[in-house]
Amino acid sequence: MNVGVAASIAFWIMAIIAVVSALAVIVTRDIFRAALFLILAFLTVAGLFITLSADFVAAVQVLVYGGAISILLIFAVLLTRDVQKGNPSNRMLKPAVFLGALFAATLIVVITNSTWKLSGDSPPQGTTAAIGDALVNSYVLPFEIASVLLLAAMIGAIVVARGRDE
Amino acid sequence: MAVSALATGCQPPGFFDGQNLWHEWVVNFFPRIGDSICRGMGGHADGGPPNWLIYLVLGFLGSLIVVNIAALGVPFVVLLERKLLGRFQNRIGPNRVGPFGLLQPVADALKLMTKEDITPAAADKIVFALAPLAFAIPIILMFAPIPWADHASLANLDIGILWVIAVTTAAEAGIFMAGWSSNNKYSLFGAMRAVALLVSYEIPLVLSLLGVVLLAGTLNLSEIVLDQRFAPNILWQPLGFFVFIIAVSAELNRAPFDQLEAESELVSGFHTEYSGMKWAMVQLGEYAALIGFSAIIATLFLSGWKGPLWIPGYIWLVTKMAFILCAFIWVRATIPRMRIDQIMAFGWKFLLPLSIINIFATAAEVIAFPDALPYWLIPINIAFAGACVVGMAKLLGFQPKTRKIVIPGRPVIGDDTPGRIVPLMRGGN
Repeated sequence: MNVGVAASIAFWIMAIIAVVSALAVIVTRDIFRAALFLILAFLTVAGLFITLSADFVAAVQVLVYGGAISILLIFAVLLTRDVQKGNPSNRMLKPAVFLGALFAATLIVVITNSTWKLSGDSPPQGTTAAIGDALVNSYVLPFEIASVLLLAAMIGAIVVARGRDE
Repeated sequence: MAVSALATGCQPPGFFDGQNLWHEWVVNFFPRIGDSICRGMGGHADGGPPNWLIYLVLGFLGSLIVVNIAALGVPFVVLLERKLLGRFQNRIGPNRVGPFGLLQPVADALKLMTKEDITPAAADKIVFALAPLAFAIPIILMFAPIPWADHASLANLDIGILWVIAVTTAAEAGIFMAGWSSNNKYSLFGAMRAVALLVSYEIPLVLSLLGVVLLAGTLNLSEIVLDQRFAPNILWQPLGFFVFIIAVSAELNRAPFDQLEAESELVSGFHTEYSGMKWAMVQLGEYAALIGFSAIIATLFLSGWKGPLWIPGYIWLVTKMAFILCAFIWVRATIPRMRIDQIMAFGWKFLLPLSIINIFATAAEVIAFPDALPYWLIPINIAFAGACVVGMAKLLGFQPKTRKIVIPGRPVIGDDTPGRIVPLMRGGN
């Protein structure tokens, strides 16, 4: 048994947990448990990043998705009325199934038809410095544009949330 | 990351100097043990066991040690806290069980194990049972990259400090699961306050760390320690230290930021409904985070396991951690709890601008002196930090008032003029 086999075992365990918990997100009636399953899916995706030797991305996945996004989701659950009574039924089931199936079909076609390039290089040890270098040297303009966009979204959210009177 | 240098594995020949074997064994205790086990299993020899087996055995043993540092340290930190709080409040504190009350942790553990484990009838049972685990496990994970001595961290992660921040953030889900599944409004209030508090204080926490990361040029905790060759980072980063230690005490939900537990209003918040071993698990998580963060503070700002004398690194680290723990307990005993809006205003209006100022100042210093910061920057940095803190407080309108306590017939307390006596009122009150 070498690193490759161990990585494969880890990959399959985490992939199965990720897919099962992602399914559980849509079939669970209790919306709070659905949010918890979504957090589990996020964390297993972080595990998948570790099997790819992408340690920085894995930590950021836990920090951003496991920490921030999950808190956002849970706040949304809290502020939803009558959430204890479960997920109310509505007429969106059929369009949602249709759109979901369409999206899944698109993904499957794209994944099976594209030619995936395999790199023969061994994974880099210590990705943090390379990522930082790429963000503020090579790709500084897209990075700054994304930052300004996020800042604008944040200010917009604050303006909307404040209302007119204050 | 998974196979990044296992610090306690077989060391290459010539790694240990072997001058004075006894002293060297004491100083390099953890790498020596790892090396001995590795060689004892026949590692790196022909026909020996494969590397992954050695890795597994050593990793398991190392995890056992580290988990037990957390799990066995917690009862004694609780005892230390109760003792010190007693002294601060002019009491003796626990002293009935064993000499000086030293066996109190054993008695507490036995009591918790024999207590009835109650689950509320209206609770979401599965989530209620899983919440203490979801809270405690990520916090135990934060001990992995802490360097206890030279070459003695369980996992020498390149993303060390980012890992610590990430796993402690993941513990918030546990708090929320506990608060929601208890089906109790006080638990839910506690959990909501916890989340609001943590979202607010995560930002100054991470931003104040960045100064240290800028100085060391790495996220690896072992390298951050080695980078503090000439002076601990607290001297280069006084402002960062100030913001970090306040943000950490908010992150740890300790007084004066313990608004989410607030015994007097929320009946201890998100773990109101917990009892027995589940409550013990929540308590373990809280105090393990306290121990872990004091190790992180010592590592980042007080030069970790390094010390001026020839004392083993782990003793230095534990000594520094003990000082920080006592400081946290002192603060808890001294400062009254803040209101939730005060906590929010303090985090966003006071700590966040200070941490941003710190980043820019540190970046300017690192650009000006790329090789090593000169020593004359230390007094300048300390003066700058003091000026920033005072200036920001004045900007926010903080005016310290000397309150005069007036009791008729007695000298006025807190008054400058000596011997001023308020006359006793005749008639009326």
